[in-house]
This record gives sequence, structure tokens and C-alpha cells, in this order.
Amino acid sequence: MKPKKSHLSIRDLLSEAAIALTARPGRTLLTAMGTVLGVAALVATLGLAKTAGSQIVSRFNELEATRVLIRPDNRNTGRQDDNQVSLLPWDAGDRLQRLNGVNGAGTKSRVSVNDLIRSVPEADGRNEYQLSVIAVSPGTFEAVRAELLTGRFFDEGHSEGKEPVVMLGLGAARRLNVTRVDNQPAIFIGDVPVAVIGIISDVAREPDLLNAVIVSDGFAREQFGLQAPEEVHVDVDLGAAQLIGTQAPVALAPNEPERLRVSVPSSPRRARSGVESDVNALFLILGGVSLLVGAIGIMNVTLVSVLERRGEIGLRRALGASRSHIASQFLFESAALGALAGVIGTALGVLTVVGVSARQQWTPVIDPWLLLAAPAVGALIGLLAGTYPAWKASATEPIAALRST
Amino acid sequence: MRLPVVELDQVQRVFPGTPPVEALKPADLVIYEGDYVAIVGPSGSGKSTLLHLLGLLDQPTSGTYKLDGIDVSGLSEAERAGVRGRRIGFVFQSFHLLAHRTTVENVMLAELYRKGKPKDRRNRAVAALEQVGLGHRLDAFPTTLSGGERQRVAVARALTGEPSLLLADEPTGNLDSKTTGSVMELFDDLHRDGLTIATITHDSDVSARAQRRIRIQDGQLSEPDSESRAEEAALAGSRVNTGPAS
Ligand SMILES: Nc1ncnc2c1ncn2[C@@H]1O[C@H](COP(=O)(O)OP(=O)(O)O)[C@@H](O)[C@H]1O
Ligand SMILES: [Mg+2]
Repeated sequence: MKPKKSHLSIRDLLSEAAIALTARPGRTLLTAMGTVLGVAALVATLGLAKTAGSQIVSRFNELEATRVLIRPDNRNTGRQDDNQVSLLPWDAGDRLQRLNGVNGAGTKSRVSVNDLIRSVPEADGRNEYQLSVIAVSPGTFEAVRAELLTGRFFDEGHSEGKEPVVMLGLGAARRLNVTRVDNQPAIFIGDVPVAVIGIISDVAREPDLLNAVIVSDGFAREQFGLQAPEEVHVDVDLGAAQLIGTQAPVALAPNEPERLRVSVPSSPRRARSGVESDVNALFLILGGVSLLVGAIGIMNVTLVSVLERRGEIGLRRALGASRSHIASQFLFESAALGALAGVIGTALGVLTVVGVSARQQWTPVIDPWLLLAAPAVGALIGLLAGTYPAWKASATEPIAALRST
Repeated sequence: MRLPVVELDQVQRVFPGTPPVEALKPADLVIYEGDYVAIVGPSGSGKSTLLHLLGLLDQPTSGTYKLDGIDVSGLSEAERAGVRGRRIGFVFQSFHLLAHRTTVENVMLAELYRKGKPKDRRNRAVAALEQVGLGHRLDAFPTTLSGGERQRVAVARALTGEPSLLLADEPTGNLDSKTTGSVMELFDDLHRDGLTIATITHDSDVSARAQRRIRIQDGQLSEPDSESRAEEAALAGSRVNTGPAS
């Protein structure tokens, strides 16, 4: 007849661990502190990396991934200015506008004006300023996502009629002390009087427009002898950039498309993973080191507690616990401690991500699996840290353990 | 006919070392159901060694030990733990109560290492505490109890689960004479109820209450009152190897 072995249910193990951990809550929390910080650091850094990465990506998406820029390629040919005349047509914007996926397209060219810009009413004692003059086609406003502060954008009619009307960027308007355009105030480009019909408050791209006097292509050709558009700006749908990049040169210069240089955004996915892996690698190392420190903390305190609880270990053996029951009790305790630390650390980490995001006006992004994995990592740390102390506890001889008080 | 609970046959315990200590010289001993045995002897004579062997906390260097007819020498560690938990109740000089648990929780530990519902365990623990006269201190913590009360909690824990054998190592060693009296009366009651008890004691009052006295001197076991019992035991032992199972 084989006698019955002793038995310890999982439920009893759990409740023994819970009792042991709550018996001295202060000590439990101090023991868990290292792991709490490690898990918190891990969650916070992964969460922040992800959050920051998403912010970069979303800005990248909106501005870079939808931008196509076309210039004549002067590097390969060696030929210069006069070739541009034939390369970029004045109606480049209209041609590209017809392509699927293009939201706005237009030309942009610097106009060389040696004269200063003069405003009629004097602003702070002087009324002459060094401001750049830029010629654009009406479609350019959409291509750079210009926002109107007041007045109106000029249109095809103004350009074709070579009318002496201009737009001002907000910076230029302030310099020239132009605040209202309802009576179309006059300014002078050198000696040429022009009427201001609108002020641009902001642009998403080409911020130099904000400090410039903006004239129409037609007026610039007539008045300042502009030879050819310098560049063509295109605002495209998300994901359409690569395709437009191949179609645009053909649309603009069907005979020699290879002589146009097209800038399209690099693949957004690559940009995203690049940002994340850099940040993650550094922070993961930091979190890993904190976890190691946390594990050593749990191991030390559990070892001390095995020594302190020799009497209890002896008693439990006397009550029928086998060596493996003693080992599992200490393993469960340290694993539960680790899991507890993991939960607290996860909460702290999430709070950190949310707090930093609120401050940076970011949208916090946290992988859901992280919320499950982090406490599990804590439990695993506790389990590993408890292995040696648990073995020590199980190796304690009951008669020696009972002799100690 | 009372059945033997403990049968030692040439059981010896030598602690290795330089030189090795023969803490228990080869000894024969039979303890029957309902026996109340006092183990006496000077300090360091081997009393605790004998008690630890009886309680399966230690293993003999040689000899065979049958508990309730089961030869425990050949059992695995986990099986010995099972036998210990079910058939032995221990009472220690220093009580060994867990400080962060109430009286009833301490007693419930007795059944932790066997199957059972917590509610049933609690009921049995409460019954045991009532038996030792502590039914009114169920939720007290050990630090708030007197020495005599603590030892009665320990006795209640040892009684829970109806062991075949109650082993006590100087149970009154930490108590004053008045509380010693109350604990010894409790042992008398338990003996009257038929419990088998072996207790180590220095106290001649205590040993006088016991029905048998076993003396150990330098590891040598003897029973001065009744040398004839050994032969009686040998006779009975051959008949009862299939003794009661629980
Ligand atoms: N674990 C051990 N290792 C070595 N020697 C021991 C051990 N336990 C007890 N002894 C020795 O065995 C002898 C008997 O000890 P013990 O049974 O505790 O005596 P008692 O309980 O009668 O005072 C003593 O000489 C003691 O030093
Ligand atoms: Mg002793």
C-alpha cells in the first residue's frame, strides 16, 4: 500500500502568496520598487517611442508624403537658363492638375528685382524694405496650402491680363504696414505701382512666401522679364506621390522628360521604422537594465526572507509540506510580487506616456499587447529572481529549521 | 487489543562529522494506540533526535520504522511528507505560530497540505480551538495571546486532521508553572479521549502524569518502569502489521 502524498492546490498556493505579501505591505512595496521602475521605464519608453514615432509619421504623411517638386535638371546637361524656357511650360500647373491624385499644382519662381519695395503710408519712419518678389501661378496657392488672412487670391484672369495686382505674405504685410485690403492699397516695386488684393496668413510649405511680395506669372513676365518657371509644386493625395512623380515629367516635357528632376518623398514606412528602431534600442537597454536591478532586488529580499522564515519552513514541513511545496510557495510569492510590480509599473508607465503626450500635445499611442506583456514580464522576472531563494528554502532541513526559535 | 502505532526495530541515528555523533544508539520501541509516553533525559542525550525520527522529520541511519504498520523507511520524500501531514501532530517548545495570522488561520495551516475545502478546514479548526478552550479567541493574533494560550493554539493545530500520534518536544519548556498545569491537563484530557501521545519533558510533574516513561542517556534508550514491555511489544508487533490505516 502506497501512502497518499501530500497535496497543495494552486488556489491554496495563491492565497498563501497573497497572505505573505500583504502581511508586510511596506516591505513588499519596497521589494517590488526596482521591478516597478524597470517595467515603468520599459512601458513608458516603448509607449513614448511609439507615440513620438506616430507623431513624426503623421506630420510626415501630411506634409512630406503628399509633396512633389519638379525642377529642370541642370546638373547632367551643363546647359543653362535658356533651356528652361522650353522645359517647364507656363501652364505646368494646369497640365498636372489634370492628373489623377493631384490636389493642386503650380509654378513658383524668384523674380530678380533690384529695387526696394515701398509702401505708401510710412511704417515706423521708413517705408522702403528689402523684400523678395516671387511669381506664382494661381494653382500654387493650393499646392502650398496657402491660407488667406484677408482679401482674395489672384486668378488666371489677373495673370493673363498681366494686371498689376499682388498678394503679400503675412510677414511682408506687417513690414509694409498693410493690414486691410478692402480698398486695395498700393505699394511700389521699385517704381512700379501695384495693388494689394490679399494677404496670406500661413502656408504649409515654402514658408519664404510669407515674407515675399507675390506676383502673377503673367505680370512678372511682362514687367520683370521672367523667362521661365523655376519649379513646379504639386500637392498630391497620400500614396499618389510615387505615381505622380513618374507621370509629371512626361506631362510637362513630353519630348525630353528625363531632363526634369523630380523630388518625391521617401517611402513613409521606412521613415517610420527608422525612427522607432533608433529610439527603441536605446530605451529598451535602459528598461532592461532597470529590470535586472529589480530582479536582483527581489532575489536579495527573498533570500533574506527565506532565512528569516526558517521556523515557518520547518513548521510547514512538519505539517506535511514536501520540499517541492516549499519551493513552489517561495516561487509563487516572488512571481506574484513580480506580477504586482509589473501591474504597478505598467500603470506608472502608461501614466507617463499620457502625461508627456498631454504636455507635447501628442496623441498617446500604446500597443495593447504591451499592457498584457508588461505584467507578464514582471511575473517572469519575479519567477526567475525567486528560483535560487526557492531552492534554498526547499533545501532547508526541517529539524535544523525547527530548532531556530 | 490495542494496535501498535510506532514500531522501532534497531533504529539508529548517527550525525556525520568529525567525530560522528551517535545521537541515538540502535533502539527498539513500540508505542501502542492510546499510550501516553514521556521521554526524559539530560540535555543533549538524544530526546529530540528520537522525536524527529518518530515524526518523519529525520531519517534513521539504520533500522526500520513502522508507523501505523507502514514501513516508512522506503518511502519517497513526498510520500513521507504525506504520512507526516496526515498521521503526525507536532507541538514545539517555541509554539511556531505564524505572527501575521489569526488563531484560526494558524490552526487551518494543519490541513493546507491535503485536499479539502477552505470552509470545511475552517470548521474543523474552530472545533479544535473549542476543544482546547479557545473558542472565544478565533480571530486573535498570536502576539495578543499568553504563552499558555499560544501553546493551546499549537495543540489545536496538531489535533486538527485527527493524527495517529501527537509528538511534543518540551511543550511546557517556555511556560510558567501555572500555565504548564493547564497545558498538561489538556494532554491528560486528550489521553483520556484515546489519543496516542509522546512528549519530551524535563518536568517530573509532567512525566508523572504519563503512563509510560522512556529514558534516554547518551543516546541509549531504556524504559525503567517496565522492562517486560519490550517483550510484550515484540509479541504484539508480529500480529499487527496490517494495523489501522488512518
Ligand atoms: N543536526 C545535527 N548534526 C549534528 N549533531 C546533532 C544534530 N542534531 C543533534 N545533534 C547532536 O546529537 C545529540 C543529541 O541531540 P538532541 O537529540 O537534540 O538532544 P536533546 O533533545 O536530548 O537535548 C547532541 O549531542 C547533539 O549535539
Ligand atoms: Mg531537545
